[in-house]
Amino acid sequence: MTSEVGRHLLFQSHMPTKTTCLSSQVSDDEQKQKRENIRSLTMSGHVGFESLPDQLVNRSIQQGFCFNILCVGETGIGKSTLIDTLFNTNFEDHGSSHFYPHVRLKAQTYELHESNVRLKLTIVNTVGFGDQINKEESYQPIVDYIDAQFEAYLQEELKIKRALSHYHDSRIHVCLYFISPTGHSLKTLDLLAMKSLDSKVNIIPVIAKADAISKAELQKFKIKLMSELVSNGVQIYQFPTDDETIAKINASMNGHLPFAVVGSMDEVKVGNKMVKARQYPWGVVQVENENHCDFVKLREMLICTNMEDLREQTHTRHYELYRRCKLEEMGFTDVGPENKPLSLQETYEAKRHEFYGERQRKEEEMKQMFVQRVKEKEAILKEAERELQAKFEHLKRVHQEERMKLEEKRRLLEEEIIAFSKKKATSEIYQNQPYMASGSNLKKDKDRKNSNFM
Amino acid sequence: MFCFPAMGHRHCCALGPMDPMRRSPSPCSSRPSSPRTPPCEMLGYVGIEAVLDQLKIKAMKMGFEFNIMVVGQSGLGKSTMVNTLFKSKMWKSTVQGLGTPTPQTLKLQSVTHVIEEKGVKLKLTVTDTPGFGDQINNDKCWDPILGYISEQYERYLQEEILITRQRHIPDTRVHCCIYFVPPTGHCLRPLDIEFLQRLCRTVNVVPVIARADSLTIEERETFRRRIQHNLRTHCIEVYPQKCFDEDINDRILNSKIRDRIPFAVVGADREHLVNGRCVLGRKTKWGIIEVENLAHCEFPLLRDLLIRSHLQDLKDITHNVHYENYRVCRLNESHLLPRGPGWVNLAQTPAGPLAAPQPSKACQQDQEDSKDDDEY
Repeated sequence: MTSEVGRHLLFQSHMPTKTTCLSSQVSDDEQKQKRENIRSLTMSGHVGFESLPDQLVNRSIQQGFCFNILCVGETGIGKSTLIDTLFNTNFEDHGSSHFYPHVRLKAQTYELHESNVRLKLTIVNTVGFGDQINKEESYQPIVDYIDAQFEAYLQEELKIKRALSHYHDSRIHVCLYFISPTGHSLKTLDLLAMKSLDSKVNIIPVIAKADAISKAELQKFKIKLMSELVSNGVQIYQFPTDDETIAKINASMNGHLPFAVVGSMDEVKVGNKMVKARQYPWGVVQVENENHCDFVKLREMLICTNMEDLREQTHTRHYELYRRCKLEEMGFTDVGPENKPLSLQETYEAKRHEFYGERQRKEEEMKQMFVQRVKEKEAILKEAERELQAKFEHLKRVHQEERMKLEEKRRLLEEEIIAFSKKKATSEIYQNQPYMASGSNLKKDKDRKNSNFM
Repeated sequence: MFCFPAMGHRHCCALGPMDPMRRSPSPCSSRPSSPRTPPCEMLGYVGIEAVLDQLKIKAMKMGFEFNIMVVGQSGLGKSTMVNTLFKSKMWKSTVQGLGTPTPQTLKLQSVTHVIEEKGVKLKLTVTDTPGFGDQINNDKCWDPILGYISEQYERYLQEEILITRQRHIPDTRVHCCIYFVPPTGHCLRPLDIEFLQRLCRTVNVVPVIARADSLTIEERETFRRRIQHNLRTHCIEVYPQKCFDEDINDRILNSKIRDRIPFAVVGADREHLVNGRCVLGRKTKWGIIEVENLAHCEFPLLRDLLIRSHLQDLKDITHNVHYENYRVCRLNESHLLPRGPGWVNLAQTPAGPLAAPQPSKACQQDQEDSKDDDEY
């Protein structure tokens, strides 16, 4: 069976299979299987599941691939040009300014097709890296960006109704760290940045603009760089050497790290071909010439040989580490207080119950306080009402008293009026009778009475 | 249990038994590029397609896993069929002696083998269900089977939500369930219909007509049409499900398969000489029935479907659809249940031996019983 066999061909042909009595193949991992208690079986004929890898590949083709590259390096060091050269296309044109106050990350996604492979490529560039006068905050935005992508994936994974097969994976698979070709050693900023990134992403350091260094200096530079990285404990990405088909080439490439690269999309005529190169008055630096720079090696390693491994490492190592740290931070553990295995659900439920209880308690508290306040207010109002009532009563009483007093006075007055009119009547009678007797006495009496009266 | 009809609607109604949003859209030509991801023309060869080879190498190194369950009454040739499919003695063909009593309860038996062909390693687990449908009263005989399937999902879920996860979670979920229909020639029996209805919601089911050598070609066709009609009437969606066809190619291919389901198969693990060739077949007085001859039976179609063309698809649907449905039901349930009997369910199920799982957890049994009581 050829490797092109697709589902269509298999099913439409309906061809009877070979029924020869082939001798079977014995599995060679017998030790491992004995440990796992699984029998290995010998088959007496051809079954046909050798097409399994092809089925897997077909499914991957249908789903499409995703690859995310992060380029970290100073402005003007040649990041965009290198990416253009790597993927043999012109992604974006404009350069960026040197005057950004903070480091920002700019991500752009492109779709590339090659034969039947669809690749969704995301390039993330650091804008303004190394431009500030105070570089303390330079690498934190990068770390934050990487964490944010992990977080987004984690959130999707923890959802109840999730769509992981549709999810556009934005986690960074590889970080190309561009080192300036000073020829001396790593800059402090580079060291610090790489140290903070090495546990979160696969780092491949590259020496940018390698045409500025001579061959002899380059060798020394590389050795110096690697020794500095090792002595500072920076874990850069090592090409995997466990599979025999690619172990040899990967091992030899590991010795050439960091790759010294030159990027260019300009074409120059060399001999009778047009090649990508940079033209100087003193010569032409050919990008794809292995004697001139390590560009071909980088492309080979990054794309042709290890792309899948980079993706796998990101998922199984870096993402798992992030996930574990994040969940532990939130208080989840695998092992409960009595060292019995706890499930995530249990912890989550426990926490939820706790929070729920807390909320209930707070609600109760607030309710109580509210009731208390209402009571107090009510009491105050009642008090005020009572006072008002008392005042009213008091006033009423006072009023009543006044009235009575006035009544009394009125009565007295009336009595006096009656008394006076009586006296007046009596005096008029006396006046009429003894008019002749003692006029003057009477007059005096009258005057006296009058004056008494007045 | 989640997917019994009594409760299945309540739990799974949120997303329906099959979620049609399973895969990302189909290859290049039919899918338009979204405006945010502009397509770029490459000026030359880069080497991106080498990623396919890398994928293949990794897959071959890790090996593949496949779990099959065979369900059917005794004597329908389940063990023989498995032996024929994988051309090896998975287990001895069971012949019940006269003295051995029929098993009272359904006990599932699993056996795991690693087989290798041309560098491709396959870890195959076959689960047999002896005693299914053999009792006088077969009511609820599907419980242990559904329990077993749910238990495998549960196991995977528990592994998935650990803090420190394994690099590769061992996949014991049942990817495909082959249901053996006895060759009555009439139509599906009530037991078949009940079982298929429940099972199709949780696992991929491929029904086959067992022992098809007792039916003539015409009888097979009529039987097949009747079964298809029965399946349609009772809304039973067997694999390949129509709602998961994505593009036109898939639909054409799968329609051809759907037209022939259920396959009329014959199993045999003895070889005989026919016309100088060594073939697998059954020898009878009136001739030799060749298993791999399409004119005699449809075993090659079954084998091709299961192994050569749709194996990855079976695994994908199990992972993306059935497992996700289970997960949704499970996680939703744990939020609704207060601290009570349901709470205990959240603890890790004690890792019992894979070979003979009993009706899984005692509490689930109680819960299920109490829920059943509520209905009556």
